[in-house]
Amino acid sequence: MSLFKYAPAPESRAVVDIASSYGLFIDGEFVDGTGTAFKTINPATEEVLSEIAEASTADIDLAVKAARKAYVKVWSKMAPAERGKYLYRIARIMQERAREFAVLETLNNGKPIRESRDVDVPLAAAHFFYHAGWADKLAHAGLGSAPKPHGVVGQIIPWNFPLLMLAWKVAPALATGNTVVLKPAETTPLTALLFADVCQQAGLPPGVVNIVTGAGSTGAALVSHPDINKIAFTGSTKVGKAIAREILGTSKSVTLELGGKGANIVYDDAPIDETIEGIVNGIFFNQGHVCCAGSRLLVQENVHDEVLDRLQRRMGQLRVGDPMDKNTDVGAINSAAQLARITELATTGDSEGANRWSAPCDLPAKGFWYAPTIFTGVTQAHRIAREEIFGPVLSVLTFRTPAEAIEKANNTPYGLSAGIWTDKGSRILWTAARLRAGVVWANTFNRFDPTSPFGGYKESGWGREGGRHGLAAYLKEGEQS
Amino acid sequence: MSGTAYSALIDGTDHSGLSRFLSALPTVDQVGAEGRAAMLGTRSIKTTSKAYAIDTAISMIDLTTLEGSDTPGKVRALCAKAVRPDPTDASTPRVAAICVYNDMVGVAREHLDSIGGQDIRVAAVATAFPSGRASIAVKLQDTRDAINAGATEIDMVIDRGAFLSGNYGKVFDEITQIRQACGSGETRAHLKVILETGELVTYDNVRRASWLAMLAGADFIKTSTGKISPAATAPVVLVMLEAVRDFQARTGKQIGVKPAGGIRSTKDAIKQLVLVNETVGSDWLTPKLFRIGASSLLNDLLLQRQKLSSGHYSGPNYVTLD
Amino acid sequence: MSRLSVRKTYKLFIGGAFPRSESGRSYKVMDKSGNFIANPAMASRKDARDAVVAARSALSGWSGTTAYNRGQILYRVAELMESRRDEFIEEVSLCEGIGKGKSAKVLDAAIDRWVWYAGWSDKLGSILGATNPVAGPFYNFSIPEPVGVVALIAPQDSSLLGLIDLLGAALTSGNTVVALASEKAPLPAITLSEVLATSDVPAGVVNILTGNTKEVAPWLASHMDVDAINLAGVEMDDVRQLASEATDNLKRVIPPKSQDWSRTPTLTAMTSTLEVKTVWHPIGV
Repeated sequence: MSLFKYAPAPESRAVVDIASSYGLFIDGEFVDGTGTAFKTINPATEEVLSEIAEASTADIDLAVKAARKAYVKVWSKMAPAERGKYLYRIARIMQERAREFAVLETLNNGKPIRESRDVDVPLAAAHFFYHAGWADKLAHAGLGSAPKPHGVVGQIIPWNFPLLMLAWKVAPALATGNTVVLKPAETTPLTALLFADVCQQAGLPPGVVNIVTGAGSTGAALVSHPDINKIAFTGSTKVGKAIAREILGTSKSVTLELGGKGANIVYDDAPIDETIEGIVNGIFFNQGHVCCAGSRLLVQENVHDEVLDRLQRRMGQLRVGDPMDKNTDVGAINSAAQLARITELATTGDSEGANRWSAPCDLPAKGFWYAPTIFTGVTQAHRIAREEIFGPVLSVLTFRTPAEAIEKANNTPYGLSAGIWTDKGSRILWTAARLRAGVVWANTFNRFDPTSPFGGYKESGWGREGGRHGLAAYLKEGEQS
Repeated sequence: MSGTAYSALIDGTDHSGLSRFLSALPTVDQVGAEGRAAMLGTRSIKTTSKAYAIDTAISMIDLTTLEGSDTPGKVRALCAKAVRPDPTDASTPRVAAICVYNDMVGVAREHLDSIGGQDIRVAAVATAFPSGRASIAVKLQDTRDAINAGATEIDMVIDRGAFLSGNYGKVFDEITQIRQACGSGETRAHLKVILETGELVTYDNVRRASWLAMLAGADFIKTSTGKISPAATAPVVLVMLEAVRDFQARTGKQIGVKPAGGIRSTKDAIKQLVLVNETVGSDWLTPKLFRIGASSLLNDLLLQRQKLSSGHYSGPNYVTLD
Repeated sequence: MSRLSVRKTYKLFIGGAFPRSESGRSYKVMDKSGNFIANPAMASRKDARDAVVAARSALSGWSGTTAYNRGQILYRVAELMESRRDEFIEEVSLCEGIGKGKSAKVLDAAIDRWVWYAGWSDKLGSILGATNPVAGPFYNFSIPEPVGVVALIAPQDSSLLGLIDLLGAALTSGNTVVALASEKAPLPAITLSEVLATSDVPAGVVNILTGNTKEVAPWLASHMDVDAINLAGVEMDDVRQLASEATDNLKRVIPPKSQDWSRTPTLTAMTSTLEVKTVWHPIGV
């Protein structure tokens, strides 16, 4: 018997050039912020990467004014095909600089380089390429013969997929003729700031995209700015509800992509090995920092033990550690605050009587880490079955009949995603039709594509992103006059 | 031995039980299996782990020539290469075996013994290789000829026609008969059962054929003859490794796996070792349980090995061509 | 000597039955000149609660009905309304204070609106669904689905046509409904509920309440088991508060807008109570 240990295979950091400080990107230029600058770190090492400007209410006002001016004078007057060509340019530059984006994303977010390289960055570029083609075809989007943009769109994105969420927001907004003020998440601003550089390289007219960094108060200032026409938000359900209330009584429209507690249903005839992969991908992809994660595993009781045996064996293979290592499967938790939240919720699993099992792994001393963990013996009454943990923690429940699976799967205020694993086609369609979720993955999980609408039922949000349906979020219906 | 494993898993020896058992195996989702194999293909094996992988891969090679144009001279040259893969570096491991048609077994055994290669085994392809289209009497004689000539490993092909027509019993019986012809006790020849996965096409079939071969007494399950494409693709090997893993879980018995055909580069070989490592675990990373059927692969491994030890790239004039 | 007519008792319509309000209350409805017309039931919050329960329990059946069948059932409502023309014309005229001729036109439009929506049930999936060409070996499709239980605060001015417009838009895709009728002009809505009760619309699919809008609407807006709310009949001053309550469970909120109910509706009338579900499946052998 021999041991095959993989030597460290770190991705080179040399491709990125991180400035010691960053300003705000307003009207095509980097400018100083007037708020209190804050540090951004590498969550895997706690190393300070750079100092980031905080946009104050006054800075937000400048950004919105720049976006308004660009909308009125340039972007709304431009031939749609030309608008599309800017988006194609952006897509190509993102592909050219893909490795740079991937390394920066991993440094700032803590996600494995394999994922930022193979998922986040290529998908982000694909979103620009896809939406570029829509720019001059909007009359065919099913929103009337002459749909109209809203104007200036305020966009607030989360830290779990910083660049990809930027692409989900910015690409459709620009393609439909809106201009943008975007606030990246407080802990992950760097790829958005690199994207500003891409906008400059693409020659995008100043003010079409503005990037303002900061925390919750910056976001609140953006939401409440009177000259914003539309808000697009991805983040927690709590903040989403606050935004929905904040804009009441205004003419602002809003789309929300919020939390989830996705049920991943495993029937007893599932293709077992791929199912195990899907369970793992469903909850440990991106450290479980995924709103559509399959965080509730519903296993048919007669295969529970076998599924658990295989799952534990597979979890033992997960490589947890340095996100920059090309062989890492599970990286760092994004922040100390998120780690505290995961730890707190998981502890309720223990105290409420569920059985914890964590994959044996050595966690680095510095940085924020949480071992991939499953709880068995979970019931619908447990907090870990109801609340979004947003971390690498899976709650395992059982069911006896398809109807019971559906009942448990839908027994949540959320409705973003769900999974189905079975070899029987008719059962897939039966189950899919009954799941109250915006995205249903059958015999696969956590797949994303710019052509595929994404978004939630119930408290998981308002509206869709991606595909033809996603365009509706950025257009008002209108007819040729 | 095989009978024990078989009866432990299926009811008695009637073939309808076998058929029911194979049909009840979990299915394989093609996209999921290929996705998993592709992900494992992204593993980056560097420095010390690469050196380990290269030497391990060399030691697992069944150095193969299976041509109509094979001659004693060609086979002797291959034997020399097997014993001393890199004449400039004595630390290079030897390959596991030489794999030839049965009429070349004698030549290979005799030459290996004469040049100090007693530890290298001789494997013979048998049972009307590669098509398997002959009577069982011919297949048995083919096998006995190889063993009589000194083969200690038999690489048999299954009857794919019988398998695809649902006649699992016929395939099973042939394997058990060939296994009996391999002898018994200490001197029994090891039996590798070639599934020819390129003709079985679906991963569901690969899984069923793997179980069928293991139940019938295979020591190894082998992907391909090398005469049909596709051969040892990563997802096929993944599905076969899953089968041996699950077979061990249910019977306690460790079955070997041999990918053969299409593995030509060091990168391909290392991907195979990663598949093994992350599917069945490092227990299987031994020539006793994992072999790679190949011919040109060895030189690429040697070139990479030279690069690692010297720090610069080598060239084809620095490895032996036979 | 003329015969003394037998007056109708105007009651609520919940779960296919016609209860009085559990509160025992009623209120006076007057015509334009201030003459007494009727004492319909005055729904309480508990009636609203019961109606939501009825709508929720009817949802899986109604949304699971084939689109073809739903279309036929809605078309049947139009048929039945035709047979009660005189009654509707009388009530609309009385409640809305318009002449019989105008009232007849409203009725024609209302019946035709059922027919229009009936025809949509089996087209929505084709028009609003999609197969999405994802970059991988997956079959991916998006389909519209009903959002669930829809609360309708029916328009105050258009007591029959406006109500039917909102009902048709919600029902054709498979939603179930709790409707709060026009406060001042509730009689056509109640008569409509009698039509619905004798139609093939299953019990609980449509529930109609009469009463005080300001009292009942907040209970529907804040109800955590209501999925969407149309605020058509809410006073502008109350919209913000109701919408705020509706965000407690992120209901889909359809704000009031000035509307000519006689015009053919747009698709938006229906899409506002639809969700889009996207399903992925690998393609392989």
